Amino acid sequence: MIPMIDIRNAEKTFVMHLQGGVRLPVVRGVSFHVAAGECVVLAGPSGAGKSSILKMIYGNYRCDGGLIGLHHDGALVDLAKAEPRDILRVRRRTLGYVSQFLRAVPRVAAVDVVAEPLLADGVVRDEARDRASHLLARLNIPERLWALPPSTFSGGEQQRVNIARGFISQRPILLLDEPTASLDSKNRAVVLDLIAAKKKDGVAMVAIVHDDEVRDAIADRLVDVTSFAA
Amino acid sequence: MFEAHLQTDDAPLLVAENLGKRYGRLKACCDVSFQLYAGEVLAIVGESGSGKSTLLQLLSAQLAPDDGRVAYRMRDGVLRDLAVLGEAERRLLFRTDWGFVHQDAAQGLRMNVSAGANVGERLMAVGWNHYGKIRDTASSWLERVEIAVDRIDDAPKVYSGGMRQRLQIARNLVTQPRLVFMDEPTGGLDVSVQARLLDLMRNLVAELGLAAIVVTHDLAVARLLSHRVMVMQGGRVIETGLTDQVLDDPREPYTQLLVSSILPA
Repeated sequence: MIPMIDIRNAEKTFVMHLQGGVRLPVVRGVSFHVAAGECVVLAGPSGAGKSSILKMIYGNYRCDGGLIGLHHDGALVDLAKAEPRDILRVRRRTLGYVSQFLRAVPRVAAVDVVAEPLLADGVVRDEARDRASHLLARLNIPERLWALPPSTFSGGEQQRVNIARGFISQRPILLLDEPTASLDSKNRAVVLDLIAAKKKDGVAMVAIVHDDEVRDAIADRLVDVTSFAA
Repeated sequence: MFEAHLQTDDAPLLVAENLGKRYGRLKACCDVSFQLYAGEVLAIVGESGSGKSTLLQLLSAQLAPDDGRVAYRMRDGVLRDLAVLGEAERRLLFRTDWGFVHQDAAQGLRMNVSAGANVGERLMAVGWNHYGKIRDTASSWLERVEIAVDRIDDAPKVYSGGMRQRLQIARNLVTQPRLVFMDEPTGGLDVSVQARLLDLMRNLVAELGLAAIVVTHDLAVARLLSHRVMVMQGGRVIETGLTDQVLDDPREPYTQLLVSSILPA
């Protein structure tokens, strides 16, 4: 079985030049793999480096050493050494990310924020909007809000728009950063269903969740991040 | 590698090699090399005096480099050194395949002729001569940049700052260029006007698959518009990478200073 994600000895240290060059080692020796259809949950207390690892896999944080192997278009790409345009290519086709917070673009309607990844996949606009509306409805966003920019929405509504955007397209790898934080039980159940559906579709997932119930429901395996303490 | 036939999609559109420019003893730009691909938006960031505007002028052949060279892949697929292009060829590039959006609209527009003529002029320069078609195309572009069509006969001198910038964009994009240079396109505009302009530019660049090189001192502009960032200081590129990577995980002291200087919204 070919792993979709294959991380070996990845490490990260921040050097804070404005604070006299203080070195903040975050993680080292990060090694784990994730198969298709598997959800791995990163476990460990706050500050252990869970979010940093997720950002390293997304190419958002640079890696100081090791390998971030992602299965993309039939080959293993090392994101730690990939050129910017290759990272963008991997994100466009293979790698999705659901962050806790929506970075809202001014003036873009919620339905279009959600539909955008589908347009990038080449889906025609009407169909993309249809599917986006369907998902917004499923996540209990009232229809009167769909045409409005999410910057005016409540925190919980913004998060659900963000979840819809992250789940709408079929990327073979999905990173989830607290996808259910601050959701009520009804919406949490919807997200659990979405995650279960992704598993069935063979999507490889790495997640950070603090809620024990959610973790038990989605985790196929835990990776203890404290073992990567630097 | 210059003058070579590169027909594949994976060939760069523009190649800068070891570019340098001195003003007397001042090195305004030193040893800059990069490649830009079709559809890619590159932001050049840095403070005043960092050399970013000089670099933009070198890249767009408005200034001749003291060292190095710039090559551009013409529509026939041939990568050609800008320095060996004749003046006529360079002017044709500027009128057709390139756009240039200035910070000061007065540099990019003719302030006393109508908006329609400002847009139509670029079409006439590439051989359009049917008045009705030119006017139709001009109005459809005004609409795309959200200028009411009943303002088509007004001159930009009576337009607001935001409208002037949007008119500049229409004038530049009407000939369907493949590469657009932008020099502080949102500089000097009110914040609300900036947001509208950025959103418009972001959509147009994505829809048309444009490549763009955007000089800005505003990291928010870089984040919203660009795929890739080059940070300049003292005429040199000190850090480069994917935009979100450079802004979320800045490595160089100067970049960390720039990023930490952003006021939270």
